[in-house]
Amino acid sequence: MIELRDVSRIFSVGGQEVRAMDRVSLAIEPGEYISIMGPSGSGKSTLLNIIGLLDTPDSGTYLLEGREVTSLADHQLAEIRSRKIGFIFQFFHLIPRLTAVQNIELPLMLAGVAKKQRGRISARLIEEFGLASRHSHRPDELSGGQRQRVAIARAVANQPAVLLADEPTGNLDRASGAEIIDLLEDLNRRGQTLVVVTHDPEIGERAGRCIRVVDGRITDDSRRD
Amino acid sequence: MRPADTIVYAMRSLGSNTVRTVLMLLAMSIGVASVVLLTGIGNGARLYIVDQFSSLGTNLVIIIPGRAETASNTPATLVGQTPRELTLDDMKALQHGDMVGRIAPLTIGELNADRQGKERQVPVLGSTASMLDIHHLKMESGTFLPDEGADIARPVCVIGAKLYQELFGQAPALNEVIRLGGFRCRVIGILASQGRSLGFDTQEMVVVPVAFAQMIFDNHGLFRILVEAKDQSSIDRLKHFISRTIKKLHYGEEDITIITQDSVLKTFDKMLRVLTLTVGGIAAISLFVAGILIMNVMLMSVAQRTAEIGLCKALGASNFQIMALLVSEALLLSAIGGLSGILLGFAGAWITVQFYPTLQTTPPFWAVAAAMATALSTGLLFSLLPARRAACLDPIQALARH
Repeated sequence: MIELRDVSRIFSVGGQEVRAMDRVSLAIEPGEYISIMGPSGSGKSTLLNIIGLLDTPDSGTYLLEGREVTSLADHQLAEIRSRKIGFIFQFFHLIPRLTAVQNIELPLMLAGVAKKQRGRISARLIEEFGLASRHSHRPDELSGGQRQRVAIARAVANQPAVLLADEPTGNLDRASGAEIIDLLEDLNRRGQTLVVVTHDPEIGERAGRCIRVVDGRITDDSRRD
Repeated sequence: MRPADTIVYAMRSLGSNTVRTVLMLLAMSIGVASVVLLTGIGNGARLYIVDQFSSLGTNLVIIIPGRAETASNTPATLVGQTPRELTLDDMKALQHGDMVGRIAPLTIGELNADRQGKERQVPVLGSTASMLDIHHLKMESGTFLPDEGADIARPVCVIGAKLYQELFGQAPALNEVIRLGGFRCRVIGILASQGRSLGFDTQEMVVVPVAFAQMIFDNHGLFRILVEAKDQSSIDRLKHFISRTIKKLHYGEEDITIITQDSVLKTFDKMLRVLTLTVGGIAAISLFVAGILIMNVMLMSVAQRTAEIGLCKALGASNFQIMALLVSEALLLSAIGGLSGILLGFAGAWITVQFYPTLQTTPPFWAVAAAMATALSTGLLFSLLPARRAACLDPIQALARH
């Protein structure tokens, strides 16, 4: 479903070239549960951003569902991000002035989904993620775990092909972090492709496939059977 | 993204920072209100002057004795020197022209009017029955001058409403006798109060038959002859006819000045339009200032909302959508600010009318439309830069800033 071939990403920092990704090749199949681990600055976030089309590689090719996406225009990339990609962030990134429901409906609204249908989708997600009582609360009235659940509901609202989570438990206490991981794994069990970036080995090793990134290269790619 | 959703999103964003939004609305509405109010006052002044002049009738041609050398249609020509007088014979000669509608002679003097020991100095106008219509005078009671030959010096008079009260109090005046400069004359009518006309207060003046006036003034020259053209298009031919006829009577000398109501009116109208436009233009500068304020505030807002913009991009908003969101915010601000500014401007115009009823402060439609259009286009123009800046944000960096 996702195929990276010899993908490189070079940043120039203070006149010096830094290879954040160095000829990385990677294939992800539908329904996989992948963790990406590595020390900070190793390029794991860059890898995630490239998969999520927030960043474009300097060389190499990226096929998403068989379609070459490295040379697409901005509005085409936005369209694919909207339909195929769901992001989950360490700092949740909920919009403070919007309620839980409005935050969940945001990607649907951006995609031009009609109001009625948005309401149906968000109502289902609110119920499913146990947020019914928090329905019209704003982010600052929610606990960290609840905020991340709202963010996950938002990420899956458009039924993306792949869910990309960047340190989803990094800003949570242990208990809520475990809850969030359970929620994500539950989604994966129902067929959702899931990629989690983490530096917490305990979380990383739960994934069906662990990818280790060091200095912009994949040093280890192991499947757990 | 649907247009309705774009507007709702922009509204929520404006609603989330009330102080900022109210300040921007205030700047916008003050700008629009000042354009509306100032052009309204300018327009009111124009209408006031136009109204003053059209009370004389727009088809009116005025003949003044004497030739002004700098012949131009400016108010300066109103004062002419008289080498040869205009007479009733001149008027009679003109009466038969086929373009001539109504015609009225006019002599003017100042006399003492007295009755039973009450005395007042009043302007006295000598004319004929046609003066009533030419001058749009209205009667309170009685009749105007009798419609008869201009040489009949019938000792009757029509008096202004204020003069009536001063001489008679509440007593009936019709058919009573007053003395005008020593001559007895019978009051046959009272004028309705109408303000000023031809520079005289209609409430104070006395109108008498022209021949009677010439007798009391002991002067056979006329101050003016007022000729009304049958229609607007024949005014030029009428002027020609007048100068030819008078020239013949005055032994080949063209010693009169002919002015048309229309040309004087047009000059004033033009002057005041330009004035209104200028004042409106100056007020529009405040709209420009409001535009710059919007740009500043939006740049700040983009800086504050970097993470939100990055998030929207990650969730699938294209650069165009991001721009559209921010531009609609500015347009919404301009529209609301503009509308409240128009209301504010009209309220100001209404208040002005309460204080100065003669100044009909009606903001012209074009000014209201132009103010609104300027508000919207400044909103659009000055939001483009901040919106572009937002659209060009790198989502990764935008999201990383926390």
